Amino acid sequence: MTSTHGSDIRMGSEATYVRRFSRTERALHWVHASAFFVLLGSGLVLYVPRLSELVGRRPLVKDVHFDTGLAWLVALALVVVLGDRRGLRRTLRELDAFDQDDRLWLRRIPRPQGRFNAGQKLNAALTAAFGLLFFVSGLLLWYGERDNRFRFASTILLHDGLMYVSLVLLLGHLYLALIYPSTRHALRGMTRGTVRRDWALQHHRKWVEEQAPPGA
Amino acid sequence: MPGEPSETKLYGRRAFLGVSAVGLSSLFWGKAAWEQLTRATGPLQAALPAGFVPSGWRIYTVASSMPQFDRKTWRLRIEGLVDEPQSLSYDELRSLPRAEQVSTFHCVTGWSVQNVHWAGVRFGDLLSAASPAPSASVLTFVSAEIPYVDTLTIEQAHLRDAMLAYEMDGKPLAREHGAPVRVVIPEMYGYKNVKWVQRIVLGDKLEPGYWEQRGYDVDAWLGHSNGL
Repeated sequence: MTSTHGSDIRMGSEATYVRRFSRTERALHWVHASAFFVLLGSGLVLYVPRLSELVGRRPLVKDVHFDTGLAWLVALALVVVLGDRRGLRRTLRELDAFDQDDRLWLRRIPRPQGRFNAGQKLNAALTAAFGLLFFVSGLLLWYGERDNRFRFASTILLHDGLMYVSLVLLLGHLYLALIYPSTRHALRGMTRGTVRRDWALQHHRKWVEEQAPPGA
Repeated sequence: MPGEPSETKLYGRRAFLGVSAVGLSSLFWGKAAWEQLTRATGPLQAALPAGFVPSGWRIYTVASSMPQFDRKTWRLRIEGLVDEPQSLSYDELRSLPRAEQVSTFHCVTGWSVQNVHWAGVRFGDLLSAASPAPSASVLTFVSAEIPYVDTLTIEQAHLRDAMLAYEMDGKPLAREHGAPVRVVIPEMYGYKNVKWVQRIVLGDKLEPGYWEQRGYDVDAWLGHSNGL
């Protein structure tokens, strides 16, 4: 920590903070997260026999599940349209690109990381692909009930399989964001937008140094 | 080190496109692959404690709550084109000749449950006391879950392994499976296997059932209906 200069660096009462996520990025994250929880809850009621029996009201739960899926897409689109699109394109480029350090990091060799570490980049790619697959398979389930041209024997298997894998990813994500001591400070970046500079130097050194080169 | 030139690879989009492509193509091979896998892991699943592996059932309902079965007041009525309309209590139904079978249950949405052990009454034994009229050609099963209803022709109902089941896997039919009785016809998709049956009406005209009014085939033969 040789420098506290730079436009993205703020002084807190005890520590120096750097801005990690923009409002648009945070809005996208929380739209996705809240929709996922409603979809998971309503989906489990439709899927687990005990819960189906306990809750009943299947037509209503089905409507909640379907309408949340639509609301999720519309809200994501709204955030993109109304938010900082140029910033999002930059984020997308960051998520897409894996440099040599990222590749070594994935092989568990400690290397300095950018604003997203390689695991976070992969998680973002998977989350986007799963979003697409959930949406397509969900829509096919919906249309399949109305028109047999949209009926495939494997649609429900895909939708369920995605649920199981996402559940595992979600648990890992929650563990790192809420429980694991060395990483859970990241949550602040997703709520307030900023993270402690010393923490960022430890976890995302290349990004911090790019913003305010040492000795600047 | 910062500033060190390093070759950048666009793995992000590759991961996204790769997973999306595998996922979408699985619409065409997913079920076959899953069946292979469950066959291969069958011995492993059998070794796990009961309840550890999901049963595979999904409970589909159309009303806001599932019917409650009260053994004291429950009656199964058999009426329509019959000489002797029936109103059977649960015990009377259970005293009819018992049939058992192990069969696989297939849902039209793609899931199946292998080797379900059913016990119940064959339709021949169930209907004989009612003396169906010679003109009766269709059975309409009216569920206590209103407005669910579906039909079978007399010939379909007399298939070797069609029955009105009151036990599943050695236990009285559970509420979510249609307690106390449901139709079982393994040759057809699940929506013909009406749950919570409370009335069987014999007639000579076929009215489309609940899902058939919504575009599903009346004759729901496995693999030969509903575009599957």
